[in-house]
Amino acid sequence: MIEAHTFRFLLTLATVILLAACSGGESNVASGNREGILYFGNGSEPQGLDPHVVTGVPEHFIIGALFEGLATKNPYTLEPEPGVAQSWDISEHGRVITFHINPRARWSNGESMTAADYVWSWQRLLSPALGSEYAYMLYPVKNARDFNKGAITDFAEVGVTALDDLTLQVTLDERTPYFIQLMDHYSTFAVHRPTIEKFGQMTDRYTPWTRVENMVSNGAFRLRDWQLYRRIEVEKSDTYWDRDNVKLNGIVFYPTENVVSEERMFRVGQLHYTGSVPLGKIPVYQEMADSPYRQAPYLGTYYYLLNTTRAPTDNLKVRQALSMAVDRDSLNKNVLKGTNLVAYSITPPDTLGYYPPKLFSHDVAGARRLLAEAGYPDGRGWPGLELTYNTSEDHRKIAVALQQMWKDALNIEVTLTNQEWKVYLDSITQMDFQIARRGWIGDYVDPNNFLDLFLSGGGNNNTGFADPRYDDLILRKAPQASTREARYAVFHEAETLLMEQMPIIPVFTYTSKHLIHPSVNGMPPNLMDWANFKYVWLDQDWRASEAGD
Amino acid sequence: MWRFIGVRLLQAIPVILVVITVTFFLVRIAPGGPFDSEKAVPREVKAALEAQYKLNLPLFQQYAAYLDDLAHGDLGPSFKYPGRSVNELIAAGFPVTAELGLYALLVALGIGGLAGVCASLKPNTAQDYIPMSLAMIGICMPSFLLGPLLVLLFGIYLDWLPVSGWGDIPGDKILPSITLGAGYAAYIARLGRAGMLEVLSQDYIRTARAKGLPRWQVVFKHSLRGGLIPVVAFLGPAFAGLLAGSFVVETIFQIPGLGRFYVQAAFNRDYTMILGTTVFLSVLIVLFNLLSDILAAWMNPRLRAQFGGH
Repeated sequence: MIEAHTFRFLLTLATVILLAACSGGESNVASGNREGILYFGNGSEPQGLDPHVVTGVPEHFIIGALFEGLATKNPYTLEPEPGVAQSWDISEHGRVITFHINPRARWSNGESMTAADYVWSWQRLLSPALGSEYAYMLYPVKNARDFNKGAITDFAEVGVTALDDLTLQVTLDERTPYFIQLMDHYSTFAVHRPTIEKFGQMTDRYTPWTRVENMVSNGAFRLRDWQLYRRIEVEKSDTYWDRDNVKLNGIVFYPTENVVSEERMFRVGQLHYTGSVPLGKIPVYQEMADSPYRQAPYLGTYYYLLNTTRAPTDNLKVRQALSMAVDRDSLNKNVLKGTNLVAYSITPPDTLGYYPPKLFSHDVAGARRLLAEAGYPDGRGWPGLELTYNTSEDHRKIAVALQQMWKDALNIEVTLTNQEWKVYLDSITQMDFQIARRGWIGDYVDPNNFLDLFLSGGGNNNTGFADPRYDDLILRKAPQASTREARYAVFHEAETLLMEQMPIIPVFTYTSKHLIHPSVNGMPPNLMDWANFKYVWLDQDWRASEAGD
Repeated sequence: MWRFIGVRLLQAIPVILVVITVTFFLVRIAPGGPFDSEKAVPREVKAALEAQYKLNLPLFQQYAAYLDDLAHGDLGPSFKYPGRSVNELIAAGFPVTAELGLYALLVALGIGGLAGVCASLKPNTAQDYIPMSLAMIGICMPSFLLGPLLVLLFGIYLDWLPVSGWGDIPGDKILPSITLGAGYAAYIARLGRAGMLEVLSQDYIRTARAKGLPRWQVVFKHSLRGGLIPVVAFLGPAFAGLLAGSFVVETIFQIPGLGRFYVQAAFNRDYTMILGTTVFLSVLIVLFNLLSDILAAWMNPRLRAQFGGH
């Protein structure tokens, strides 16, 4: 039969093609270990690489490799370390900081870095026309806020001056203990003025200066290749001042948007590092011997906003009852597979030595009593409540668990509504919700980064909570405190005030979750989930050293 | 023939204008804007951002400005990716999607055509039931299930093929092409079978057989062309569907194609990118439908005569 022959022929042909096309070659990890190239799962395609324009974690990693701030962070301790500035002096009252720029600091085109680079760059960041979403990082600087909001237009009034080529003086409104930390945030990095002006004006968001052929940067690595949605490659810079201590020869960043595919890429040796791990896979990895799974506390809190301007959550007792009825331990164990840390307040524990107050615990009887006092004994007369979350399977699971806990403990009905991301953002900004899911990830390690969310009328408050005593503590008392202990005591008082009013239901503290190949060294877990690529090295003989153990 | 093409192209212009207009206003009506982010930005900063992209102008003025730019071939800057133009993003994504679509179409035609023809030769036997049942499964099985299954089998257990990427590692184009093509292969198999069955029952085929022509000659020379007309008519919409619908496969295999840009743009409220991709894809769909009509006409002598007459 002719068609049977044809069938068989085509089948054979297909098999041959399939086999011929098979990879079988060396994996990225194997070749990378030999050549000193790190293959890095980076979550998504970066919006761009202009440090003053973009926001986001994937951007943070790439820009962190390409640029360096005045100070950088030790990945083990998160303490500031010299970067472009080899040292800095802080005046006695804490308001004047003088940075001494390292004379060996160079741009990737070989030009020396100067204090004037910073004055110009900070003017760019703060210019209202640029529309930088991270301009507020420099608000501690004198008059920076007014300049950014257009209240003053002369940048000379802003507290930043180049005393000479290598000396930068910054004047702050008040003592700001975390200011040096901000120097490691990409928004405060210097950009190369001639390059930007070659392709447009200072405040243009939309110019090709960040393209491979145009970019000038100052970090341990420089841009080598950028293929949209495929990969970004950086290579070791030969102009970087501390190049002798840079061990990697390059990094390849992959936009691994799909976490399931990312995990598969890791399994077949295409990646050294994954940006995240699918929840369902975590138990499997946890049980492995020599597991590549790494989990560590992360500077972020998962919580629910309670709208204090709408019934029934305008009633404090209702808010307290809802929060106390949540069995966080059970949620973490059964729904989240034990991958997070339960939270009873907004600031993550051990935020540079600060611990938040714990004012309540899981207490069903207490919650029922409070609900009865609020006028809903055993849930009778309950008007119903709607919980809003942004569409995601993980958020749904948590919301369903809470819905059930409230039903069991308080006998009340809560309906769930999921909204697509931008719709959800719109709802919480307009406060068009009763309960809404929210997460906050810190930009710097300091309680202030979480507690200033709840200032009266703050853009990220979203609850209607407003208390002049609280504002006074955060805005006036804390900056005036002269020691860390005194300052933390003020924060503790403020956070106690906040949690007594319960405008939020804290649920858990995030953890960072990664798969990291055993050959990768110098990438310790830390609260910021931050890698300083200068420290990273790949152990070519990781198998041998393992066998030797 | 030329008149037919000309008329069809003229008809396409109002269609595309309607598409642009509806999309333009729909994306702006959708709640949430391109510069809404998790961390609230000061009002002044947001206003500056919107001014940079002319979003502060009255809606109708924005619309007129957009049409004007479009007439000059400029689809505008992307909101989400500062420093990239929509033209540039489409130019980066489209070749990948087109290549994927083409391979998927070849897979679909190869497997589907073969299965359909085989099935039609011995209707209502195992040779018919097996490929047709498989085709039914193929139609029912979504690519978000088939893709991961193929990856598990060929990528992870057998370790024969790469699990993701496009053009990075040899062989990484095979699984996505099969995943995307499978559903269409199934359609083509069923269409091919139906078309072939109809042709095979025609008098001229009986005549050919009665003349004692070898069976392969009857099938390949006399029946195939007529039998595959429904398949060819399906190719235009199929290819357009492959281009516009490759999002799922592009996501599973992390392929840097247009489908992924498109869906991301909608999530990001990247107005210019949504509009640009929509316009681009509508033009393509119109063109492919036209192309497949022309091809079908060329294959069908009766239709060809009709065109010739004009």
